[in-house]
Order: sequence, then C-alpha cells, then structure tokens
Amino acid sequence: MARGQTSSAAKRKSNDSDGGAVGGVTKDELLKYYRDMLLIRRFEERAGQLYGMGLIGGFCHLYIGQEAIAVGVQAIKEPGDQVITGYRDHGHMLACGMDPREVMAELTGRVGGSSKGKGGSMHMFSTEADFYGGHGIVGAQVALGTGLALANHYRDNKKVSFTYFGDGAANQGQVYESFNMARLWNLPVVYVIENNQYAMGTSIERSSSETHLHKRGSSFRIPGEEVDGMDVLAVKAAAQKAADHARSGEGPYILEMKTYRYRGHSMSDPAKYRTRDEVDEVRKTRDPIDHVQELLEKNGWADEAALKAIDAEVKAIVADSAEFARTSPEPEPSELYTDVYLEAAQ
Amino acid sequence: MTDVLMPALSPTMEEGTLAKWHVKKGDAVRSGDVIAEIETDKATMEVEAVDEGTVEEILVPEGSEGVKVNTPIARLSGDGAPAAAPTQAAKEPEAAAPPAAEPRPEGEATAPVVPKVELRDPELPEGVKLVKTTIRDALRDAMAEEMRKDDKVFLMGEEVAQYQGAYKVSRDLLQEFGDKRVIDTPITEYGFAGLGVGAAMAGLKPIVEFMTWNFAMQAIDHIINSAAKTLYMSGGQIKCSVVFRGPNGAAARVGAQHSQDYSAWYAQVPGLKVVAPYDAADAKGLLKAAIRDPNPVVFLEHEMMYGQEFDVPEDVDWVVPIGKAKIRREGKDVTITAHSRMVGLALKAAEELAAEGIEAEVIDLRTLRPLDHETIVESVKKTNRLVTAEEGWGPMGVGAEVVARVLEHAFDYLDAPPARVHQKDVPLPYAANLEALSLPSVEDIVKAAKAVAYK
Repeated sequence: MARGQTSSAAKRKSNDSDGGAVGGVTKDELLKYYRDMLLIRRFEERAGQLYGMGLIGGFCHLYIGQEAIAVGVQAIKEPGDQVITGYRDHGHMLACGMDPREVMAELTGRVGGSSKGKGGSMHMFSTEADFYGGHGIVGAQVALGTGLALANHYRDNKKVSFTYFGDGAANQGQVYESFNMARLWNLPVVYVIENNQYAMGTSIERSSSETHLHKRGSSFRIPGEEVDGMDVLAVKAAAQKAADHARSGEGPYILEMKTYRYRGHSMSDPAKYRTRDEVDEVRKTRDPIDHVQELLEKNGWADEAALKAIDAEVKAIVADSAEFARTSPEPEPSELYTDVYLEAAQ
Repeated sequence: MTDVLMPALSPTMEEGTLAKWHVKKGDAVRSGDVIAEIETDKATMEVEAVDEGTVEEILVPEGSEGVKVNTPIARLSGDGAPAAAPTQAAKEPEAAAPPAAEPRPEGEATAPVVPKVELRDPELPEGVKLVKTTIRDALRDAMAEEMRKDDKVFLMGEEVAQYQGAYKVSRDLLQEFGDKRVIDTPITEYGFAGLGVGAAMAGLKPIVEFMTWNFAMQAIDHIINSAAKTLYMSGGQIKCSVVFRGPNGAAARVGAQHSQDYSAWYAQVPGLKVVAPYDAADAKGLLKAAIRDPNPVVFLEHEMMYGQEFDVPEDVDWVVPIGKAKIRREGKDVTITAHSRMVGLALKAAEELAAEGIEAEVIDLRTLRPLDHETIVESVKKTNRLVTAEEGWGPMGVGAEVVARVLEHAFDYLDAPPARVHQKDVPLPYAANLEALSLPSVEDIVKAAKAVAYK
C-alpha cells in the first residue's frame, strides 16, 4: 500500500530476522505495536457493532484511525507515569493494558466493567494501570492531568503525566490556565494533542485562529512540536523526547499529533462535514496499521501467516470481550448507592 | 454465517430506511468497508462492516422504509473470519433488546439504611483550656495542625502564601511550611481548582482556597463534575480527598457579584459534603474533619465572621464530626434553623422572643450535606413550629429543603405552616439602605417566629 511519508525504519532493510533493532525498533517491539493497534481497531469496530445492536447506550466515540498515538506513547511510558484523556478513551485504556473485557463490559453498562457499569464509555478509570480517565467535559482533563503532574512534582517522584486532548479542547480556556501553571512551576506533564482535524463537525480551520496547535504553548514558553500521529515510530520517538524533558525537571512539553479519525465524532454522526473521498484517501495512504504491517514485511519480520496469526489472536480477544460484555450481568440495584462517599475514618 | 443487523445510529433511533447497498451477493467485505447507507429522519449514515466474509444474501432490498433496528439485513458467509466470533447476534436474538429496559419490580433500589453511628462533638479533656480565638485564626490553626500531622496536606490559592491570605486566614503558614506546601496560584480559578482535584486523584490532600466563593463559579465544573462524581463514575477506584474553602455569602457593600450564598448550590450535589460553621470552635473542628475526610468537602466560611472571637478548646484532637447539627439554644415554642452567620442572628432573635415570652430552640445546621434532619425533626416534634433562616435566596433553598424534610417526617406535629426567612429575591444591591432591606435580619426572624406562633 502506498504511503505518503516513509519513516526511516522503512528505508533500511534488515537481514536480521530475529529481533535486531532497525531504525531504533526491534522486531518484537514492532510486532507488539502492530498487535496493540490492531486490538484497538478490532475492539472499536466491535464496539460500533454492539452500539448498533443497542447493547451500548448513549454516546460512543471510536478511536479508529488514531491508534498509533496511544500505542506509541505507551511504548515509552514508565511504571507510575499517569495517563488521562477525554471521552475518546477506549484506545488509551487498551494501550495502558486494561483488560478488554472490563472495557467492553463498561461500554455495555455491566457489573464486569471497570467502573461496575456506573461510568460508561466516557468515564472509565484504572488505578492499577495508572489510567485516570475518561473525562466527559471537553478540556477538563487538561487541568486534572496537570494536577497529576503537580502531585508528581510535590512528591518529587520523577513520574510524568501524559495528558491527552483533542483539537477541539485546545480552544478551552482552562487549557491555557493549565499551561501557565505547568510552566510556571515546571510540572512534569506531556500534553499530547490528538489533532484529528475535526472538533465534532467543525474543522480546525473553521474553529482555530492558530491551527498549528504545537505553537499554542509559545506564550507560556512551553516547547512544542508537530508529529506524524499516523506513524507509531514517530510518535514513540517524540514522546520519548518530551517525556525526558518533563522527567528531568524542565517542565511541560506539547506534542501535536497530526491524526485522523475514520469514523464520525460519535456513533450518531452523519459526517456531512467531510467527504468520503477525504476519509478514503487517509485510509489508503496514511493508515497507521498498514504502515506498521509494511515495515514488518519490508524488514522480513513477519510474513502473511504470522500476521494472520496475530489477526486471529486479536479477533479472539475481541470476540471474548464482546461475549463477556454481553453476558456480564447488570449491576445489582444495591450498587445504585455505593461509591458516592467513602467512609470517613473516625 | 453471520447476520448483518440494521444498526441503531443514535441513542434514540428505532427504525430507518435502507437507502442503498454498496455491496451485492458474492462480494467479499473487510472490516471497515462501507456496505450500505441508512437514512433516518435526521441524517443519512454509512454502515461499515465489522465482520469479514462474502455476502451470501441481501435480506432487505435497498429502498426499504421503516426497517426496525436489529432486523437482519444481509447474511455473510464467515469464511473470511479467522476466528469465528461466538457473539453473533443472529443466533441469540434476545441479546439485541437493550437489557436495561427490563422492568425490575422486585429489585427496586432504595437508599441504604446507613447504620447509625452516633455523631457527637468530642469530649473535652479534664481541665482543657478554652482560648478566645477569632474564626480567622481557628481556621488557620486547623490547617496548620493538619499540615503538621500529614505531609500530603497542602494549601493552594490566590494570595495564600506571600500575601498571607487575602483575608489573612493563611497567616504564617508560608513561614512554617514553605512554598511547596503553601502555593500562590495565578488568578485562574478553573485552572487551579482542576489542578487541585487532579492532585487529589493522585492521592494528595489539597486545600483549595477560593478568595471568595463568588469566584468559584468559574471552577464549579471541577468541583462537581471532576471532584464530586469521580468516585462513583470509577466504581470506587478514584478517591478525591480535597477541601474547597473560602468566604461565602454577603460581605459589606461589595455589590451583587461579590455577595452570594452558595449553600444550596453545593448542598444539592451527591458526592460532596458541605459544611458551614458558625463559631470558632466549629470552624476549627469541622475544618480538621474536612481535611481528614476522604471525600471532597465544600467548606463555606463567612467574611463578616472572620474577626469574631469565640472560645476554642486548646486541643489538637478537637475534631467536630461532619453531619451533625448543634442545638445552640433550647426552647419549647418554636424551632429556628440556621447556618453560618445566620446562627448569630437567630440567637439574637431568640433573646428578643424570650423577652416576649416565646422560647425558641435554635439549631445550628453546621453541615448542609449530609443534613442532620433527625435533630431538626426531633425539635419540631417538641415545638410544633418551624422557622428556617438563611442568607441566600429562598426559592429551592436550604430552608425549602429543611421544610420538606420536616413535612416528610413530622407533618402531623406541625401546628402552623413553616416560615422561611431568606434574602429578598433580587441580586444584592450596593446602596446601603437597599442592601439592608435585601438581607435577612434579626427582625425578620422575630416576625416569622411570631407568625408561626400566632402571636
């Protein structure tokens, strides 16, 4: 499949088929990124299907097309680093290593879900995976993620908060309030802007006076750069650089990931603000999974059979999560009143 | 074999028109391929394939109207699917019905009966010294003591450090704890409230000071959406132990935007605790309880009270439980409820009423959420009459809630319709005379008490 941009990894051909690094990535790493991205895509396709069947209610925002970002950042995340994002969150949770069963069961509102069915698609968390949500208010996660970084700074624990938001949230005032404090106090936060070009149905050109979002930190003296968010290796390299910067005490860093979502804003989006040709063009020329598949094949790291095996593994995981999400019972009525307050120690 | 079902494309869609097929019998489809177009009354949308395979049969021809959601519209042979999913809906049509719609006559949830823990103010140790302390210093002492005890506790807000607090509540804290634990923020309420909540989610125990609660309206999203709801939305995983505090209600001659009582606003929100103390001992004891509480607490102070002195026990373990009202004056003829500064007005009113032979019982609510209605109800059962007093507006207010609880629990005991005393239903005026007319007064409480006592 043709690809507009070729990463450095693709230009070099390796004879080493048992895991030697090429272009800074090993065979095993690249196979893992392929698998993790494919898992997100197949999971989201299944979520879309379950939504269509009425098993998932309300809003459901799919991550299809943006997989390289969550997976690429995750590749350099250290244990204890936190992740927080908005409501297009399923991909991040899977990338963080949360059990696909509990993510899917949360989508269907069942007790087996990560929030026992009480959070839903937009409100999921995992303290175990250092995943702090899943937030439904556009931009709120930026201040909260900066607060996670404040806690890291307070504890001097050398952890980094990866705070994701979209091109839509980038116009919220609290983003800039957060930028200001993050730089003022040099908090260890990496702002990952997933610029998928559309805030719901409004293109970035129609909503933003400065469309190069990585420049949005300049008034706060926060460095930023634009990254090909469709290339998992580019994402990984940029995230490493940004995280090193934040971890070393130099303060926040902005990564503007240029990406694209294939599906509508949510399931009920007729997508009349862009053409089918535009979507098809990106799918054909910039697809992040096809890109990695191409690299794997070029390096001789995976043949068709190996890729099919990964495909089969992923499909089985997704099928299992869907089955779990369908059969896990709804929460007991008594759950209605739990988790409102924690008992105060007397 | 896999059936492709008519999908629901929005939370409310029940049927639609199958406008167009993009595939025909014998075509191979991959995940993500557009296979059909569907029209609803709102929009036309494309249907993408999830399962892979070959189109075996088109079950619903294009142009069909009123196709119900979940009707099989096409059939795929499953040869393209390496791992045949065991979740095919066609085999289990019952799965298609949203299960939440099932009636649950037996499982109807009711609020849990909380095991009664007797909440009471701590016993004072033998010979404990009572020290005249201003509310300002009582609040400062509470923060300092808790900060000494727990290094996760820190204070952030505008002018809390170098300036020593806009109202001097944080005086000397910077000197003792340093700038890491006493943090001056820019004037950026939405932002720093969010940072505080984020830090709390990470396990710290911030005290977020708002210079006044009027400015916290910019931050109310984080107080409610981020702090109050996250424990619930995370199924109990993410705890958020944070205190939001600052002066609430009307100061003097600062006009409408700087003079508002937010008691009722926050007291409506599950997930928050809301505290509004009257005297210095409660200010200290309740703030210590708020800081120790694992939940988000809204702590409403009063600017006009900061300089007032009251006796405070000299005891670092002076922690007053959240959720317990206090009877400030006993009486048999009428119950008056109040919180914060209004307690002082209610006590003065009770004195005037006593001079006229009416014995009023004054209840200081102290905590608005959870509201200790047992103490109120027990009092009304004795006095048979109720007056509520608050500084905020009346409609949907604290008094309205107190009255409702009394009606629910002591309707038969009432000898007169309850009366509510509150601010007039206007933005607070600046002109001194109009401001005085707008705010509730001792006289208003006396009048209301006499009215319900038919005297």
